[in-house]
Amino acid sequence: MSENRAFAHPYIPNTVPEVQEAMLKEIGLTSIEQLHEAIPDSLKLDGLMDLPPAMNEYELRRHVEGLLAKNKHAGAGGYLNFLGAGCWQHFVPAICDEINQRSEFVTAYAGEPYEDHGRFQSLFEYQSLVAELVDMDVVNVPTFDWAQAASTAIRMAGRMTARPVALLPKSVDPDKAKIIRNYCTPVMELRELEIDPVTGKLDMEDLRRKLTEEVAAVYFENPGYLGIIEDRGAEIAALAHAAGAISIVGVDPISLGLLEPPSRYGADIVCGDLQPLGMHMNYGGGQSGFIATHDEEKFVMEYPSRLFGIVPTEVEGEYGFGDVAYERTSFALREKGKESVGTQTALWGITAGVYLSLLGPHGMRELGETIVQKARYAARKLADIPGVTLRFAATDFFKEFVVDFGGTGLTVAEINRRLLAEGIFGGKDLSASYPEWGQSALYCVTEIHAQADLDRLADAIRKVVSPQ
Amino acid sequence: MSHAPTNKSSGPIQRIRRDHKVRNFHQAKWDEPVVFELHRPGERGVIPPGTEAGIASEVGGAASLIPSAMHRSEAPKLPEIGQAKVLRHYLRLSQETLGSDLNVEIGQGTCTMKYIPRINEMLIRTPNMMELHPLQDPDTAQGILEVYHRLDLAMREISGMDAFSFQPSSGTQALLAMASIVRAYHDSRGEGEQRDEIITTIFSHPSQAATAAVKGYKIITLHPDEDGFPDLEKLKNAVSERTAGFVVANPEDTGIYNHRIREFTDVVHAAGGVCFYDQANANGLLGITRAKEAGFDMCFFNLHKTFAAPHMCGGPATGALGVAEPFVQFLPGPLVVHEDGKYALKDQPDASIGKVRSFHGVAQTVLRAYAWIMALGAEGLRDVARIAVLNNNYLYHKILQIRGASAPYIKGRRLEQVRYSWKQLADETGVTTEDITRRMCDFGLHYWTSHHPYIVPQPFTLEPTESYSKEDLDEYIQALAHISEEAYTNPDIVKTAPHNSTVHRNDESSLDDPAQWCITWRAYLKKAQSK
Repeated sequence: MSENRAFAHPYIPNTVPEVQEAMLKEIGLTSIEQLHEAIPDSLKLDGLMDLPPAMNEYELRRHVEGLLAKNKHAGAGGYLNFLGAGCWQHFVPAICDEINQRSEFVTAYAGEPYEDHGRFQSLFEYQSLVAELVDMDVVNVPTFDWAQAASTAIRMAGRMTARPVALLPKSVDPDKAKIIRNYCTPVMELRELEIDPVTGKLDMEDLRRKLTEEVAAVYFENPGYLGIIEDRGAEIAALAHAAGAISIVGVDPISLGLLEPPSRYGADIVCGDLQPLGMHMNYGGGQSGFIATHDEEKFVMEYPSRLFGIVPTEVEGEYGFGDVAYERTSFALREKGKESVGTQTALWGITAGVYLSLLGPHGMRELGETIVQKARYAARKLADIPGVTLRFAATDFFKEFVVDFGGTGLTVAEINRRLLAEGIFGGKDLSASYPEWGQSALYCVTEIHAQADLDRLADAIRKVVSPQ
Repeated sequence: MSHAPTNKSSGPIQRIRRDHKVRNFHQAKWDEPVVFELHRPGERGVIPPGTEAGIASEVGGAASLIPSAMHRSEAPKLPEIGQAKVLRHYLRLSQETLGSDLNVEIGQGTCTMKYIPRINEMLIRTPNMMELHPLQDPDTAQGILEVYHRLDLAMREISGMDAFSFQPSSGTQALLAMASIVRAYHDSRGEGEQRDEIITTIFSHPSQAATAAVKGYKIITLHPDEDGFPDLEKLKNAVSERTAGFVVANPEDTGIYNHRIREFTDVVHAAGGVCFYDQANANGLLGITRAKEAGFDMCFFNLHKTFAAPHMCGGPATGALGVAEPFVQFLPGPLVVHEDGKYALKDQPDASIGKVRSFHGVAQTVLRAYAWIMALGAEGLRDVARIAVLNNNYLYHKILQIRGASAPYIKGRRLEQVRYSWKQLADETGVTTEDITRRMCDFGLHYWTSHHPYIVPQPFTLEPTESYSKEDLDEYIQALAHISEEAYTNPDIVKTAPHNSTVHRNDESSLDDPAQWCITWRAYLKKAQSK
């Protein structure tokens, strides 16, 4: 029992001394220390750990709110944000927050299809809604993020083809490539594909050269990390297939009301991040990866993830839900299962389902159109500024674009420092990852930016880069 | 407001009898359609922000801004549903979900389903958290970076490790990161090819073996001795110059603490292997004993289990990964550092495994865990460990009095959980542990069996944590005793359960058949036929 506290801790009801005593007595003990007798004294701590003193709820609230107040945030009352690069600021409908803050969903975990019927149904619905977006028949319970989804897609292709190499364009986010590389090492090898320095699209000659019989998969993204829309997906898929490889396409799902889904240009496996579909940025805590394939056994049996399916129950008229092909998972087979499964990002899957239910086909199309128009408007405004150009000026893009500040004589770091003083988070600095492009930055524009915001950005940059 | 006419009687109001021993429960049953069935053409759930006329006139229509081949040729067949209907649908589905907030969730052993403090949920829901971009200048994210740093310091004290990464976003991802570090470490010493085996135990989580296999390792699995302890002699026989590492939980999922753990880590170190510790079962150890003194090079904690972040239907979560000094260089980056009076993100050296998850992991969970530690302090954390073990041993004592239940292996006390067996009950009544899973739903309680394979026959695994009162434990015990009684007197009621849940037993015959399984609504519409 507590030596110093005069009252029970609110989170620990059995710190009530009388209750503790009665329970100890019930199990034949006289002191609470006896409970840990199995641990040798040589491994036990002497005394208390060195931690800050406990706070009551009000003290805790003041303390944490005080810490968080040191942050500068995007959105209403905060900074105007043009950072994207894998985590994007989009409109989040209120109902997404309402549902993913429900106590039942926040605190559920591993219940059965009976007491957690709602969890199973809502994840089945998310699978089904994303399936419509990507136009494929199988979608998984989501994994950690896009990088993990891509990693697993590549490992799936490796098992299906029994080949050890995957090809990835240089335009994949270097941080994402790090994750994929670590996940694939040492079982599979990643080889980089060149991109065309003018268009930013995949270098088709390089692809042809590297498509050997060792290649399990060709991975590319649409729209890619650099925002570029790759319009030769069908050709890439045909080349991959002719070489006996799997075509994997990573996609930003929020583009799919407007852009053709990869399944229509030959993708065998589609993956991406659900974060744009109703998740706040949360300092990167809103990421969630999905994988989709056709409904063929050879694909389905290679998923490591849980896949929820709809079934009849013993009572006519009831929908039931359960795990499809559970025996492929590491839950069932340990190291003999497909990769591994465990806690991933289920709540974001449910939220993405809510989002797609709200947006519907018209909302998704309008959203795609709005984004592409606003992004183009912003890019043109920036390219009008002396010394500022677009790196891939002739290539269509979705919501992100590479701005080259080379002609301004300033570094991106310096420009971003000055924009910060204007209340603006400038685009992601690409100068370290892509030194060949000099002082370039990746800007992201979405539906949340009003024309006035974009004009403000252009005015601020014009001011920042113009000679004093 | 009107009142129905009443017969005036002279006596007092009748006292309502509340002496039933198990909860008279029925779960919400909304008979809710699948969301596609709510489709009514023309209805809208929400209107997203649109394009101003000034922008449209400047750039033209969207179709002119994308390659024509990339224009979506056929709209996605998403449903069109009014906003209130969408809300109602998902609220109903939430009500048909038994979160740990709503039940005495001691039945999900190994997962430490403890109380989720509401203050922590409130703290994460502020623009100062939700509207942070992970790539914004660290100078503008000093608050959240300070939280990362403070949690790092607390976790070092709790474990004895020298640095933490909060990038892994589950226990499984932390295990993958640790297996990756083992490989990077041996590669750095020129022994990466030679050391190709990882040793684990059968009572450890399946992800320990599975993630090591993802990293290309051969797996050696040790089975316990007759008392349920990992077998030291078997370990001595298993280690060799091929040993890359040893991964284990302690206590294992049986709740049995391996008191010779230091000898295990010494044996592995003597063979040149790395020892990494799955601390998913740490709830009974906080402030009592640490990874460092037990000889581990690395460990991880599930912040969504031991540190009171919620499970969110299965993530997002955090596997906080701590390492001893020689392994810091291998951690995924960047790491949060405190230098020159401010917090910064520092890239890792080339030796690092790179990254395992995008950005900085799940920041909300990092904040929750920090807030939880601050609400408890050192004494509170030790109380957590003590009461979790007290609750468990009380439960253990009572469960063993239930007819048909047992707990294989040592007879002495356990730490924070126990893997029990209904073997006798199944032998005598034909009622299985899966039947009991379904019957417990009828009393508003969750119950879980075990990971596979079932080494303990007819298993169930209970972990009461520190969060539940004696009365809560008694309710759970009473429900199990009631079902045991039913098994011996009226087994059909157990075998045909659930009776008071949202739905009845699934017909699972289609789930393993490629011709019949339906993983999406569109697949169901193609495959399912009326009888």
